[in-house]
Amino acid sequence: MMATSGTLFEKVWQRHVIADLGEGFALLHVDRHVVPDFNGNAFATLIRRGLAVRNPELTFATADHSVATDPRGPDRRQLSNPFVMALREQTARFGITLFDVGEIGHGIVHVITPEMGLALPGLTVAIGDSHTCTNGALGALAWGVGQGEIVHILATQSCVQRKPRTMRIAFDGSLPQGVTGKDLILHLIGTVGVAAGNGYAAEYAGAAIRALPMEGRFTICNMSVEWGARYGMIAPDDTTIEYVAGRRYAPKGALWDAAVADWRALPSDEDAHFDREIAIDVTRLAPQITWGNSLDAVLPIDGRIPDPSTEPDLGKRANMITALDYMGLKPGEPIEGLPIDRVFIGSCTNSRIGDLRAAAAIVKGRKVAPKVAAWAVPGSQQVKQQAEAEGLHEIFVAAGFDWRDPGCSMCLGANGDTIASGQRALSTANRNFAGRQGPGSRTHIASPVLAALSACTGAIADPRKLGATA
Amino acid sequence: MSALTRLVGPAAAILKSDINTDIIAPSHRRRGGGRLVSSTVASEAELAEAVFGAWRYDTDGNEIADFVLNRPAFRAAKFILAGPNFACGSSRETAATMLKAFGIGCVIAPSFGLIFHDNCFRNHMLPLALDWPTVQALARQSEGGAPFILDLEAATLTPPDGKPITFAIPAFRRDMLLSGADEVAVTLRRADEIAVYQAEARKQRPWALPQGG
Repeated sequence: MMATSGTLFEKVWQRHVIADLGEGFALLHVDRHVVPDFNGNAFATLIRRGLAVRNPELTFATADHSVATDPRGPDRRQLSNPFVMALREQTARFGITLFDVGEIGHGIVHVITPEMGLALPGLTVAIGDSHTCTNGALGALAWGVGQGEIVHILATQSCVQRKPRTMRIAFDGSLPQGVTGKDLILHLIGTVGVAAGNGYAAEYAGAAIRALPMEGRFTICNMSVEWGARYGMIAPDDTTIEYVAGRRYAPKGALWDAAVADWRALPSDEDAHFDREIAIDVTRLAPQITWGNSLDAVLPIDGRIPDPSTEPDLGKRANMITALDYMGLKPGEPIEGLPIDRVFIGSCTNSRIGDLRAAAAIVKGRKVAPKVAAWAVPGSQQVKQQAEAEGLHEIFVAAGFDWRDPGCSMCLGANGDTIASGQRALSTANRNFAGRQGPGSRTHIASPVLAALSACTGAIADPRKLGATA
Repeated sequence: MSALTRLVGPAAAILKSDINTDIIAPSHRRRGGGRLVSSTVASEAELAEAVFGAWRYDTDGNEIADFVLNRPAFRAAKFILAGPNFACGSSRETAATMLKAFGIGCVIAPSFGLIFHDNCFRNHMLPLALDWPTVQALARQSEGGAPFILDLEAATLTPPDGKPITFAIPAFRRDMLLSGADEVAVTLRRADEIAVYQAEARKQRPWALPQGG
């Protein structure tokens, strides 16, 4: 029988140890590996070295970073995209299931991995992308890896990991209107800093987490890496189990019953020990938005741009001065009301059906401001079809949004979807780094509701001012 | 892949905190028309040219003369000295391979982004964590490009003042750097152990295999 003491993290970690390598290192089994398009070089390395994929049945692939998302584009099948063409050839060669462009299953890797029932509670998931921690929202142990590790996983279905310490973040209370999972995680990063999770596995808990739908939980776990945590997890509960039920690769019948019994035993025990505990009362939390080029440069929507001269840490002060200049901001300015040029609703952080519904509810009956170019980019083909079945695309299009094909799109601008130098963008993605959305692009990160409202007012806006009807 | 045993050369100090992987390995090049630099297609020379692109080149692609890696004394730098949380952000291994292509074998900072930290070892580079005051003191010695010496066998870093700093490194990691061993080859020797694990796991959790499809 499985031991039932300890944290969620400990339980999932223990069952995946193939070998203890000493000094805290372990060789862990990888239950699911999904290969996105920018990982293609790993296959070339396998071929060069004459290695096989150990478990092609546990390996899947999708193209997300490089795909064009313009539905009017000349190459919707991406036949001239070298990354996608290479992925097609390599997955065929190694007998790996590829969710090809336009098919159900295609989309941003961290959207489709849960959506297809590939990531499940209690499993390990490793993917060559830093936001793999997203999948931890299901109670999976999920981590991002680099190119060399991808080769290792393809060849051995295992990964060397160093066991981290554990941290529990309890979000207590209930979320006010206009405040979302995105605001919780931005507020946390603003409070603890971008390196506080370094060396820790994070578990998000508390009443506010339990009340969140899966979409909000994915958003929170997605940004674990943005404060340095390799793993971010949420204990499986009824919401999780309901989400997983019936998904394509999820267990069915008697196996489903066995799985659910297993998952019910995964949550951290009441007396479980965490190396660090943080409690945050969310009752009066305001919508959050970043102002600078690091995720801890975050403000409540009614806040003002900070003054570097009040920052005692000289290194931080220097970074603040650089960020103010890059972002074209002045200390003391209110963030609310700042005019914007671009709005991007999408990315592995906020492109799921719940995110699009929330944004569409705000956009409905409004128009995108004349000077703003606004995009809604669904996270997957399935999200896109679901949204279109609900008529959400018509709401976006009627308001003046560009309704696009699934992909990473403007989050990283590696696929032609970029922002011009000096333009100010409101993005629902996860990184506000200088140059992230194109050289000179000025990125503010916020929730889909804040972004949707701001698209319509033409300036950074407070979704609470819509009142209780929003 | 080459082993790392001893490293001698200048240390380039870039003492900002939270230098992210987009800064180290930009996905938009400042030179060459904004083309994406992927390790799939880039040569060593292209990787070396791209590292820290946004800080090394102006928007016309000209070198910014006072950026440390462009200064004559640091064009052959072997070490980087940086602030806390160096290479936070994405998993892109180019953050390590671009530095390596430039000639860097050891990055010294108070802390690192975790995926970058792992990627370094796989590229036989040493991410060396020293406390912030020490890194700042080393940076003061680095001016002028005087050589630092890393001796991995002895686990010491000797800065220009000649006073060695000893550091701890897990044996597992050190052996891999010293031998130049490839982790894939090492783990492949455990293929039988992996098979035993998989057989047992499938008995205990048959639901954990992908169903249907």
